[in-house]
Amino acid sequence: MTRKPASPVVSVQNLSVLFADGSNDASSPGGFHALGPVTFSVCPREFVCVLGPSGSGKSTLLRALAGLVPPTSGEITFSGGERPRIGFVFQQANLMPWRSVLENITLPLEIENQPVHIARQHALELVELVGLQGFEHSLPRDLSGGMAQRVALARALVHDPDILLLDEPFGSLDALTRERMWTELSRIWQVRQKTVIMVTHSISEALFLADRVLVLTARPGRVKMDLKVDLPRPREDEMRYTLHFGRLARRLKEAIE
Amino acid sequence: MDLHLTQKIAILPVPRPTRLPSLVPLLVLFLAIAGWELFARFAGLPAFILPSPTQVAERFGRALMSGNLLYHTAITLLQILLGLLSGVLAALMLGYAIAKSRLFEQVVSPFLVASQAIPIVAIAPLLVIWFGPGMFSKVLICALIVFFPVLVNTVVGLRAVPRSLYELMRSLRASRWQMLRLLEIPAALPVFLGGLRIGATLSVIGAVVGELVGADRGLGFLINVGRGQYDTALVFVAVITLIVLALGLYGLVILLENRLLAWQKQ
Ligand SMILES: Nc1ncnc2c1ncn2[C@@H]1O[C@H](COP(=O)(O)OP(=O)(O)O)[C@@H](O)[C@H]1O
Ligand SMILES: [Mg+2]
Repeated sequence: MTRKPASPVVSVQNLSVLFADGSNDASSPGGFHALGPVTFSVCPREFVCVLGPSGSGKSTLLRALAGLVPPTSGEITFSGGERPRIGFVFQQANLMPWRSVLENITLPLEIENQPVHIARQHALELVELVGLQGFEHSLPRDLSGGMAQRVALARALVHDPDILLLDEPFGSLDALTRERMWTELSRIWQVRQKTVIMVTHSISEALFLADRVLVLTARPGRVKMDLKVDLPRPREDEMRYTLHFGRLARRLKEAIE
Repeated sequence: MDLHLTQKIAILPVPRPTRLPSLVPLLVLFLAIAGWELFARFAGLPAFILPSPTQVAERFGRALMSGNLLYHTAITLLQILLGLLSGVLAALMLGYAIAKSRLFEQVVSPFLVASQAIPIVAIAPLLVIWFGPGMFSKVLICALIVFFPVLVNTVVGLRAVPRSLYELMRSLRASRWQMLRLLEIPAALPVFLGGLRIGATLSVIGAVVGELVGADRGLGFLINVGRGQYDTALVFVAVITLIVLALGLYGLVILLENRLLAWQKQ
């Protein structure tokens, strides 16, 4: 699917993150070593999944990419040079409870000072894309987990970000809803042609969605494996019972353990 | 010591408007007034000790017709509103600074907590001596009384803004002003309004205390006049007007809550 284009959207060089306020960790005197050093780059429109044991620094990696955590050493370079526009989907939907579905989705455009009618129009398009027609004026408290996460996804896409970062976005959903969301996300990714970096702890989720899977080691996380997922798209449910899927899943499983 | 000690203030439940049970307090009120009327008539007490409700109503009518009552009520209301406004504004600004800066909190919060040991009512005479018997001393006393509960609730409300929503705003590169307008104000509003509810009621006390100590206008002044002239019915008229003012302000805040916090209601 993805050829190797000339310039990556983002490249990460020897990125390490240490937290100053961590406990007295004898192994890393400069602070609590949460991540790295890691090096990798992501091509335009590539879908990359990050797998790794819990505590290996996956969230820290995404937060560093979003500019929420400063790198302790190493570098993150984006293709434009400038900080790119980010769409972030958190593990919990993280909606503003006082805003309706539509108002939650318009938030990124409001921050970019877009005119109200333009913001509304874009948000309505996204409502349709994530299949929430009829719920535009509902409040977050009236939504199911799956619906709330769709709103979060719509909000992350509405300002047409350069990179979409997802941190275990479906972790809190039940199995059925989660698998429905995979299909949704892959459809949306194909319609919107975004570069996606998604943290997950599910091997099938990674294989269902990703072009490439990065496996991190236990803390402090380093890239242990960079696996190309050459399964054909669109990926169907049956694909999971193929021999090749099984082989890839097994390699990932062995890398994580 | 820090401000969390007074956090209790923040979590008073918001009363919901209900239909049927609201008749019960009205009935009780009616019975109480009827009882008072009977007692005042048959106990044989002189009117300067306990006027009957009819006498109070008659005095109310006279005070209203002469324009006196309206004048003094307007003065007191103006002082209340000015005191409330300045107390709330000061509390908002200081509260924001405290919530944002641990260092600032550490510097000012011992003074703030200690200042609460000063009974404002007891230093009211001092304030009237220093700032004169005019409006300013009343507004000041009122603002001082309103200040603390609103401050505490502002700090508690701002501190309770979820970290994850801050991260969302930062990932979208929101400016400081957008952070305040789109996140902090709406998120802290419920707790802040809880403080305002208390502040609104206290503001009436603040203004009256100032007037009782020394003033030539206002409902507190009217109470002093009534007492001096053994016109106890007038004292009642002033007190009842104050109760109505306090209830009105409280109701206004509830109304504001119902409007602004509609997303919290069922
Ligand atoms: N702000 C922080 N301050 C101190 N330690 C942190 C902070 N954020 C994360 N950590 C620690 O860094 C390690 C990696 O965290 P995280 O990136 O959340 O891991 P993962 O998402 O892979 O489970 C964990 O041990 C966590 O406790
Ligand atoms: Mg995590």
